[in-house]
Amino acid sequence: MIKKILIANRGEIASRIIRTCRKMGIASVAVYSEADKDAPYVSEADEAYLLGGPRVNESYLNATKIFEIAKLTNCNAVHPGYGFLSEDANFARKCAKEDLIFIGPHPDVIEKMGNKVAARKLMELCGLPVVPGLSRPLVDSKEAVVEAKRIGYPVMLKAAAGGGGIGMQVANSEAELLKIYEGNQKRALMFFGNGEMFIEKLIEKPRHIEIQVLADSFGHGVYLWERECSIQRRHQKVFEEAPSPFLDDETRKAMGNAVVKAVEAIGYYNAGTFEFLVDSDKNYYFLEMNTRLQVEHPVTEEITGLDLVEQQIRIAQGEKLAFTQAEINRDGHSIEVRIYAEDPNTFLPSPGKITALKVPQKEYIRHELAVDNRSIVSHFYDPMIAKLIVKGSTRSQAIQRLIEALDLYKVEGIKTNLPLLKEIAVHEKYKQGETTTDFIDRYIKNNSTTI
Amino acid sequence: MSDVVASMAGSVWKIVVSEGDTVSRGQEVIILESMKMEIPLEAVTSGKIKQIYITEGDFVNEGDVLAIIE
Repeated sequence: MIKKILIANRGEIASRIIRTCRKMGIASVAVYSEADKDAPYVSEADEAYLLGGPRVNESYLNATKIFEIAKLTNCNAVHPGYGFLSEDANFARKCAKEDLIFIGPHPDVIEKMGNKVAARKLMELCGLPVVPGLSRPLVDSKEAVVEAKRIGYPVMLKAAAGGGGIGMQVANSEAELLKIYEGNQKRALMFFGNGEMFIEKLIEKPRHIEIQVLADSFGHGVYLWERECSIQRRHQKVFEEAPSPFLDDETRKAMGNAVVKAVEAIGYYNAGTFEFLVDSDKNYYFLEMNTRLQVEHPVTEEITGLDLVEQQIRIAQGEKLAFTQAEINRDGHSIEVRIYAEDPNTFLPSPGKITALKVPQKEYIRHELAVDNRSIVSHFYDPMIAKLIVKGSTRSQAIQRLIEALDLYKVEGIKTNLPLLKEIAVHEKYKQGETTTDFIDRYIKNNSTTI
Repeated sequence: MSDVVASMAGSVWKIVVSEGDTVSRGQEVIILESMKMEIPLEAVTSGKIKQIYITEGDFVNEGDVLAIIE
């Protein structure tokens, strides 16, 4: 049984995990960097310990120090949250050596799914469709041309070591492909020290739709429907909702069943997410699997009534899932928006001191906050300072409630993306569910994406 | 003459030029890092790097002048 959990994370997700620990009668230990000593989650936990300096390698990635604190405080489990050590197979292995339950899947499965190329191959074997392309890095521009001819233009070049949209470029013709090949390679080398590139077919006007799963260590899995997270800036999610305004029941079930089959085939246990691109004909293509809790998990909790952190803890301590697929609810509509400390037009980070914070309170509004009204938002970490989640009985009611909530939401002292969020929420195309991944570029004016 | 100005608050990740180097318009001269993002700053005019006011690892504020091109 899990009695005391060390939370190897920070910000809103640390607060979120502490809340479930309290509900389940489990003690919680927070860890923090020097930059986070006044963060809300530090005082919310039962105990809190300093990890080290503000840089992540001195603090949230410092496994040695984390184990030291876990031992000192007699924790018997570690919750990694998302990011940081959550998808580090070696960390999960070390947890086992230290007699700590890692609240996540088996380390070997983390490893398999963490390698994008291997995961793509494996999922293809498990029967999931993947985006047409080459399953290994390109040798040279000649091979890129041959491969592009085979899969058809437009194609996308992707830096193997890339992430967050850096090192991704589209080519519509052979001439364009040859032109961007060198530049993209140079850029990848400069940013990541690795010039390797992949090629794949560009799925046009795609949506980003993901399936949430839960699976126990007895080989039983279920899916908790989908989340649509198409509206992104710099390839990072801004709006997330469940259900998707685009999927029909048939596609939803087909995707869910395919994913559960894959989960059971690879021996996965824990909460997990399968990300897909879905084209305008509702063809879906597997992108990647996240073997951890997702930032946007609250919208799934709102429509199913399940507590995903609680489910993770129960699975980790060896319990069976207490429900079958047929018993999973799908009630109403929920939308989450991510509040980022950044310029709403250029998307450039805006760290600094918050001088005032006012958030609306209603029974259909949920807040996940990383900050309070005197926090200093550090430049060392991710720009997300809060999530605002609303629920309605229908999508249009949820949108109405979101618009009202955003109007009352005030953050002063730093720039935030609140104006952008409002602009999207009131947009006619958003109401119509025209939520493709290019939504912001296509419909929102005055923005100049830099990367 | 033109200034290389910080487009955001953060730390200086890389300085890819040295004083005295010749740069052309649009060339990346300094890369800033903030909130897990690397943002390159480009030369707005062609010329010679006259002076660099910062070193790698320094914290800068939005609007700070980091280098001068003449």
